[in-house]
Order: sequence, then C-alpha cells, then structure tokens
Amino acid sequence: MDRGVGRMKMDIEKVARLARLELSEEEKVTFGSQLEQILTYMEQLNRLDTSGLEPTSHAIPVNNVFREDEVKPSFPQEEVLAIAPDEEDGHFKVPRIIE
Amino acid sequence: MKLHQLTIHQLHALLVKKEVTSKEATETLYRRIRETDGRIRAYLLLTEEEAFRQADQVDRKIAKGEEIGDLSGIPLGLKDILCTKGIQTTCASKILEGYVPFYDATVIGELKKKDAVFLGKLNMDEFAMGSSTENSGFQITHNPWDLERIPGGSSGGSAAAVAADECIAALGTDTGGSIRQPAACCGVVGLKPTYGRVSRYGLVAFASSLDQIGPITKDVEDCAILMNAISGYDPRDSTSVKEEVPDYKQSLKKDVNGIRIGIPKEYFIEGIDPEVEKAVRDAIDFFRKWGAEIQEISLPHTEYAVAIYYIIATAEASSNLARYDGVKYGFRSKGYRDLMEMYTQTRARGFGKEVKRRIILGTYVLSAGYYDAYYRKASQVRTLMRKDFDEAFQRVDVIVSPTAPTPAFRIGEKTEDPLQMYLSDIHTIPVNLAGIPAISIPCGFSRQGLPIGLQLMGKHFDEGMLLRVAYTFEQNTDFHLRKPKLT
Repeated sequence: MDRGVGRMKMDIEKVARLARLELSEEEKVTFGSQLEQILTYMEQLNRLDTSGLEPTSHAIPVNNVFREDEVKPSFPQEEVLAIAPDEEDGHFKVPRIIE
Repeated sequence: MKLHQLTIHQLHALLVKKEVTSKEATETLYRRIRETDGRIRAYLLLTEEEAFRQADQVDRKIAKGEEIGDLSGIPLGLKDILCTKGIQTTCASKILEGYVPFYDATVIGELKKKDAVFLGKLNMDEFAMGSSTENSGFQITHNPWDLERIPGGSSGGSAAAVAADECIAALGTDTGGSIRQPAACCGVVGLKPTYGRVSRYGLVAFASSLDQIGPITKDVEDCAILMNAISGYDPRDSTSVKEEVPDYKQSLKKDVNGIRIGIPKEYFIEGIDPEVEKAVRDAIDFFRKWGAEIQEISLPHTEYAVAIYYIIATAEASSNLARYDGVKYGFRSKGYRDLMEMYTQTRARGFGKEVKRRIILGTYVLSAGYYDAYYRKASQVRTLMRKDFDEAFQRVDVIVSPTAPTPAFRIGEKTEDPLQMYLSDIHTIPVNLAGIPAISIPCGFSRQGLPIGLQLMGKHFDEGMLLRVAYTFEQNTDFHLRKPKLT
C-alpha cells in the first residue's frame, strides 16, 4: 500500500480542521508552499527499499510495564481545577455541546 | 575569578571551606543577571524569593557543620519546559501563559533533594521546536559571543545563561539537538543522555520517543555532577530504564590511550564551514596524539536523518499537543460561539507559527491514506539508521563529528526558510533517532570569535566513555576557559 511519499498535494484546510487549528488566509498560503517544499524533500525516503523492515517506534526496546493495581491518591481536585480556565461544581466547564 | 564565573565544583569547594555562602553566590548571580540579561534575554522568569529560601537552608546546614553534597547551594537555571511546582512553566508558549504546575518534574524533585538553588526559568523555542530560540512566544535570546547572532536552540536560554555566567549551570532538553547545538553555539558543554537514562516525568512533551533532559555546563566535570543527580529509573516514566547508574565522576580520567574513535565520512559533507571542519580535524589529531585509535567509519543512512526526524517528531508533536484545547489549563481564547470554535481559536491564538507548521505537518503524515507513506516509511528507515550505529559501535567506542555544520548564524537569517533551519540539525538528529548519548564540548573558535562545538557520540548507556574522552580533551585545551566579552 506504499503510495510513495509526497505525491498528493496537501489539502491544508482539511488538515487544519483535523488539527483543530484555525489558519489565516496568509498562513494557508505560506504554510502551504513551505510544507510542499518540506514534503518534496521527504520524497528522498522513496529511494530506499524498506519492504519487510520492522519499523522502530522506540530506539530502546520498551515493553509493557506492569504494576500492582493499588489505590493511590490522585492530585487534589481543588488544585487541578484551580488552574482551569473555567470550572463549576468540581467540573471543567466548556460551552454547551448538546442542544 | 568572580563568584558568578565559577563552576559547580569550584563553588562547592568554597562553600565547604566556608569562604563563601550560598546566599552570597545567589546574590552575585542575580546581580550579574541584572547587569547582562537586558542584552542576552535568557531568562523568562526570576524566582528570587524561592532561591534565597533554598540558599539560606543550605547555609544553615553548613553553619551547623553538616556535610553537603556537590549541588547543595549551587545556583542553577532551568529550561522553562520543566514543570516546577508553584512556579509558572510556559514552554515559551502563549498557550501556557499563566500555567502554574501543582507538581515538580522528577528531575526538579531530585535537584531539590540535593539542595540546589533555582534562579529562574530560561527561554527556549516554543515547545522546544526550533534551532535558534527565535520561535519563543515571548522574546529573542542573544548569543553572548555576538549579540547579533542566535544562541542556538531550542535550549538557547540555558546555553546563553551558562555562557554569560548568569547561572552556574543549567538543565536543557534535547529532541533533535536542542542541548548540543546551543552548547556548541555558546561555547559550553551539553550532554544528551541515552533515551531512558533520565526520567521525562514533568517534562512537557514534544516528541516522546526522542525527548531527553540533560545538563548544560561550563565544563565536563560539572556535566558529570549533574548527570549523577538526574539519572535513574523512575516508576512515573515507563520509558525510563532500570539500568544501574555509575558514579560519573569516576569517568573523569585524562586518558584515551587505546580508545577506538570513529570518524563518520557522511558527517563531513559539503556545506560544512571550513573553520568548523578544521577545528574538528584538529581535535581528531589531538586524540591520535594521545594514543586513541582513529578509524574512518560509515553511517550510510545519515542523509535521510532530517527527513525521518521531521516526519516522526512532527507526528508525535501533533498528537502530544492535542491536549492544549483551552479546557483544563493554560490559555482559553475569548469570543467563540461554540466548543469547536473554542478549540480552533484557542489553538490559533495560543500557538506560534512554527508550532502550527509542525502540527499541520504531523497531522498530515498521520492522516488516513498517508500514514504508511510517511510515518511507517520513516519508522522503517529509522531502523536502518539505528543499525548503522549498532554496526559502527562494534568497531569503535566513540564517534566524533562537528556538533553543527556552522558557528551560530545571524538572528533572522533562516526564519523565512524552515527547511534550511531544519538542515542545521543534520549532525545531531541521528543521535536522537538511535537513542544514543552524545556530548558537545568547545573545540575552537572561528576567526570572528564564534565558538565551535565537537560532538562525541557513544553506545547506549555509555555516557561514562563520553565524559572520559571529553574530559581528556578539555583538560588539555583552554577553549572552555574563554569568556565572551560582555563587560
């Protein structure tokens, strides 16, 4: 399923939506051309045949780390909520989601 | 020598002999900061009240005749990416402005146990994304050797503060060179430990498979002292490694006889400044003269490092930075009409340009249909790059290269061309991808008087070897003793 790096043009508005970022018109233009250039640079990876190679996600092998399932204290709710932009009754408060 | 110019071990000796108090040292450092930081702009925040409280505590212990450790009462600076309980931690980002953590990073806790004094929080590229500290959301830091030039990045505040004697030593973090490159630009020592050597708990995440915390110091001995304090397994970071931590001070030997040093031909490429190449070749001659066995080696996948890195690091960043949504802490934009607008506006106004650029790139390479072509492909080439190092380290103990292809560049020189900025990390990035340790030490100066850095790379968990080779070079040269003329 290797399509080859960089062959498709980036739909920057779609990507910005996925990233929950609002971009200005100017940012769309400058990022668009800069990212196109960077993606073209990344195409050099296509020169290498990597079929059958294991990907590396961590340089030092990591395994599941298990611990005893003990109840331990969490950070105090007041301290956590004290630095929230908005809170009410022990909850983080955000604009209404369900009409 | 003036108090603020001292190293950790020199100041420690004076504290033990009761020739100076920690309070006096701390006062001197703050005086120095007031005199010079208007030009350097390394500090984002000074924490004087807390610092003097810590200093007094140590002075009382000394007065009572208690034995003190290497770091007791030593004034340090901290990169503002490390969570400090009760003290604002911003990552140099507007999105974290006003964020006061209710916990300490593990390394901060360890340094507190050792009675270190924290002077304040140091500038950086926003979320550690950059090579010049120009991406800070708050201010530009200037190189103490030439105020028109960048101090390197992303730990530019840390390196500049150490070079300008605005702290005795500092902590930085390194994802693709962010400790070593600024250390090279500012003529100081910087070590990126093996991945997993130092706990990342409380380090604000950029690229979790690459990030490490490490020391930036005036000499190699100080580097060993800080490594002793911050290394070790931490149950709160499941990627930290249960591997015994040696006493790094035992590695400070002036002897490289019989040590096998590899010179990777791919690191001496077109684009390297001739003065940088000459200084590094001179350092290699030094090691040969001191009995090291010099071999040319090959790390054939080096040319792919920047491409791999900017796929993997941006992918991890786009995921890590998803947490900044204006809900739980930090900045929330005003004037939104619904939840989605609250997210998109908070992130649009809170993040700077480079962070947005990388979030977009990272989101793209992870998005449906492109994951295999980019992220998977890069992770596979990362395997080849790791194997390059595995094979090289069967033949040699240490690999030597320049830390950066050029001395510090001018402020503004590369800001409009992100790809050129990314390519300045070519010598440091492979180390993070392979998870190995590396140190940068001063090895010369350009004709214009700019410092040049020598990078030594080692096997996993072999920081001791790096310190030994670095110490041998340093103790027989005087590059680390030169100071910028800041008057």
